[in-house]
Amino acid sequence: MSHGNNSEIIDEYITLHSSLSIFRVIKMCGIIGFIDRTKSRMDGSSIKAALSLMNERGSGDGAGYAAYGIYPEYADYYALHVFFDNLGEPKKKVDELLQQLGEIVHQEEIPTTPQPGIKKVHIPWRYFFKPSEDLMEGKMASENDVVTYIVMEVNANVKGATICSSGKNMGVFKASGWPEDVANFYRIEDYKGYIWLGHNRYPTNSPGWWGGAHPFNLLNWSVVHNGEITSYGTNQRYVEGYGYKCSLFTDTEVVAYLFDLLGRQHGLSYEMVVKALAPPFWDEIDRMPAKEAELNKAVRLTYGSALMNGPFAIVVGTENGIVGFTDRIKLRPLVVGENGNRLYISSEEAAIRVLDPEVKNVYTPRAGEPIIGRFIE
Amino acid sequence: MKTVKIDARGMHYTPLNQKIRAAIADGAEEIILDNVLGQRFIGDGLRGNVCIIVNGVPGGDLGIFMSGPTCIVHGNAEHAPGNTMDRGMLVIHGSAGDAVAHSMRGGKVFVKNNIGYRGGIHMKQYEVEARPILVVGGTAHSFLGEYMAGGLVLVLGIGKDKAMTDRGIGSGIHGGEIIIRGEVDDYLLGTGAKKFKFTESDLERIAPIIKSFCEQFGYDAAEFLDTNYTKIGPASSRPFASKYVWE
Repeated sequence: MSHGNNSEIIDEYITLHSSLSIFRVIKMCGIIGFIDRTKSRMDGSSIKAALSLMNERGSGDGAGYAAYGIYPEYADYYALHVFFDNLGEPKKKVDELLQQLGEIVHQEEIPTTPQPGIKKVHIPWRYFFKPSEDLMEGKMASENDVVTYIVMEVNANVKGATICSSGKNMGVFKASGWPEDVANFYRIEDYKGYIWLGHNRYPTNSPGWWGGAHPFNLLNWSVVHNGEITSYGTNQRYVEGYGYKCSLFTDTEVVAYLFDLLGRQHGLSYEMVVKALAPPFWDEIDRMPAKEAELNKAVRLTYGSALMNGPFAIVVGTENGIVGFTDRIKLRPLVVGENGNRLYISSEEAAIRVLDPEVKNVYTPRAGEPIIGRFIE
Repeated sequence: MKTVKIDARGMHYTPLNQKIRAAIADGAEEIILDNVLGQRFIGDGLRGNVCIIVNGVPGGDLGIFMSGPTCIVHGNAEHAPGNTMDRGMLVIHGSAGDAVAHSMRGGKVFVKNNIGYRGGIHMKQYEVEARPILVVGGTAHSFLGEYMAGGLVLVLGIGKDKAMTDRGIGSGIHGGEIIIRGEVDDYLLGTGAKKFKFTESDLERIAPIIKSFCEQFGYDAAEFLDTNYTKIGPASSRPFASKYVWE
């Protein structure tokens, strides 16, 4: 073996380990989540730096950010971030749908700065939108139902338009490219948020396109994910039974819909959602005290089709905080750190230390253990 | 002793490893790396007797393929320190991530605190001269010694009520031994793993390793020199023969 050329050694090393499942996917996605529990806001520059530190985990085919707290002047309106192929027919259709179902109070192209590393194949646009109240009955009993309907309708049926985020006072900024290029493209340092998610993508089993970059979002749920959801088919059929449509060609999309279904529609706590998606094994349940075992059995039986298999480490942004968890046998890394009112969750400790060199209580949670950071009132 | 200092701040691992190699070629016996943060593959394939001091948090695969040097980390380590290491020693004054000592085939990895999932996965040995050793001062998460084919994993559980509380210990083990301080509940054993009595002769065998570990981290070895350990090994030499062979 030559020791002179490092890339040669790494190639040899990857070849050597290609048969080991744990290493087959060694270079696969870096994730990071941040929350300031007091809602003190931070600009996006340090998230960009933290994500760039994990470039070994990406391939330059996708990166993205979700930021919460960035549109205080429109906090009561849904911020719809849309990728348009052009501003003709696709935009006309979206405009019509929105005007039919509510009121657009403001709309504009999302400001971008050209980057050599990014081909602007879509035009990122944002609407601030309020569904009209006289619509709300039956299947669309709330504003959230109306907006969910709009997202599903546009993403499945409007050619040339993809809604990539639809929450209030938050937005997703993503594209094909390296994390620093995507951040510079969207001028991410101009946004100040109290929750930030970041994702550095290494696509393995689905195409690298703007809509396939993470975070995946619906309403205030945003998901960054390292790994694969091998139970995707089962989970997809399950959520489609409730009216969700998976149309973005990537397994992670279904995780956002599972959180919306279980967390919003069924009203489960974040802890219970994680218990449903990454439940304890039956032999572990058998050893639990009777009451706890009964609860866990009920969750497994009720939500068998929501159970996610395969390797994953996930951070979810929500309207009340962030939730991190891994698959049941911990096939992907996740590190947690805290400092006062700030909680950090990431694939690597070093990325957390870029955000906060003074971080305390650094540890790796157990498989399936929910790590939750909530706002304090 | 010739010492070389390298400031690793903001440096990618390729130039960092090149600088380390250049320093060794130049006769360095001790290399101090300051401000290390996330650089992978530090010490990749190094030979000889050099000592590398890492100040910071090194990235994954620290000491990969390393054969001879000593590497002392003042901080935590990420995934797979000691991956396919051949000879030498890693001393981590902190905790480490998943797959510590992955496929290790010789030398020692000492971790002061805890390790993540699948510590010692695929460790292997050849005769007695190439026998890898992983010692963990705290505890380890699930699947410790998974698919282990040789070598020794020792978990001391310092500061813990029980050294191991996570399941799947020795899952798929077919060689080597996992030794854990105190009792281990039966349900924590993985498929193919079996408990054996820890004897005086076992203690005699591992005493030098315990002493060496305690010396590195300033513990009193006398506290650990008794037979209050559980030994775990393969239930048979080919526990999964029936899974792969049709006869």
